[in-house]
Amino acid sequence: MDDISNVSKITEPVQKRILAKIAAAHPEINVSEAGHLHVPVDSLTAVMRDLKENFGFDYLSNVTAVDYLEYMNVVYDLCRVGTPYMLHIIVRIDRENPVVPSMVPLWGGALWQEREIYDLLGVIFTKHPDLRRILLDDTWEDHPLRRDYQWMSGRD
Amino acid sequence: MEVKDEFREETTKRLKNLGVDPAVIGEVTRLVNVGPLEKLLNLARSDSLWPMGFGLACCAIEGLMASNMARFDLARFGYEVMRASPRQADVMLVCGTVTKKIAPIVVRLYEQMPEPKYVIAMGSCAISGGPFVDSYNVVPGVDTLIPVDVYLPGCPPRPDAVIHAFMQLKAKINQAKGGKR
Ligand code: SF4
Repeated sequence: MDDISNVSKITEPVQKRILAKIAAAHPEINVSEAGHLHVPVDSLTAVMRDLKENFGFDYLSNVTAVDYLEYMNVVYDLCRVGTPYMLHIIVRIDRENPVVPSMVPLWGGALWQEREIYDLLGVIFTKHPDLRRILLDDTWEDHPLRRDYQWMSGRD
Repeated sequence: MEVKDEFREETTKRLKNLGVDPAVIGEVTRLVNVGPLEKLLNLARSDSLWPMGFGLACCAIEGLMASNMARFDLARFGYEVMRASPRQADVMLVCGTVTKKIAPIVVRLYEQMPEPKYVIAMGSCAISGGPFVDSYNVVPGVDTLIPVDVYLPGCPPRPDAVIHAFMQLKAKINQAKGGKR
């Protein structure tokens, strides 16, 4: 991957080459037309460790999740510090049993982001060291960013 | 806002009742005025309110910061002594959105303030929930938690309006009969 170590401008061929290399190394990954990596939840930890240790994507810049009512996506953004290349990794999970492995062992920065996703969307991160609510009160019930969440407006 | 000089009126009335020459009354009230002690205390209180430096959201930038800086200079009125402890504060400016998570802390801070204490609800968030009233975790107005003396509308209110709110509070304190309200 040394061909990208000293670049300051994003170039499409390089990004394509990175994606192709990753897809070759992990046949279970499905690369979408937009360049998103769809990873099955079972191989997530192995793929992420490989991306970090062998592909140089050493920084997890964002974790979030999306509720689509039939299923949920957990989304990770990885980047390689010093270069403009980023990866957009999508993991599809069951909405009724939303469980994914925690990324805290790989990137400590996931600690609060995963707590926030648990708080607002109810995704369970296994092996997370401290999975508590972070924004809402500890006594809060349910997860308000789920699409079917019901609440009372403060209007009279 | 015209504030009546109640002390002078009171002194004049008493001297008249004693049958004193009007010329003498004029001379005396120029130098000496009498009145109830509570009123005197209210006068002192209303001119040196100590606000609690307690910001919740964007309104704190106008209410606690901009209005204290050189251009608006709340210190001209004697209200600049921001206290970091509720034990030392007279007035709580509720500057911003009160969420359900912060609500118990707002109530506790209010209860920790010594009497007499006053509350200014600053901005539409503190008055009624503002733009976030439909949210699942916003309290629809701080007056559902604690008593409010002055409502200051705006999103956010300008620092001039903050000064006006303090003036309203001053008038309210001076019109009070006893120590509080
Ligand atoms: S009233 Fe407006 S400016 Fe003030 S805290 Fe609410 S949203 Fe922010």
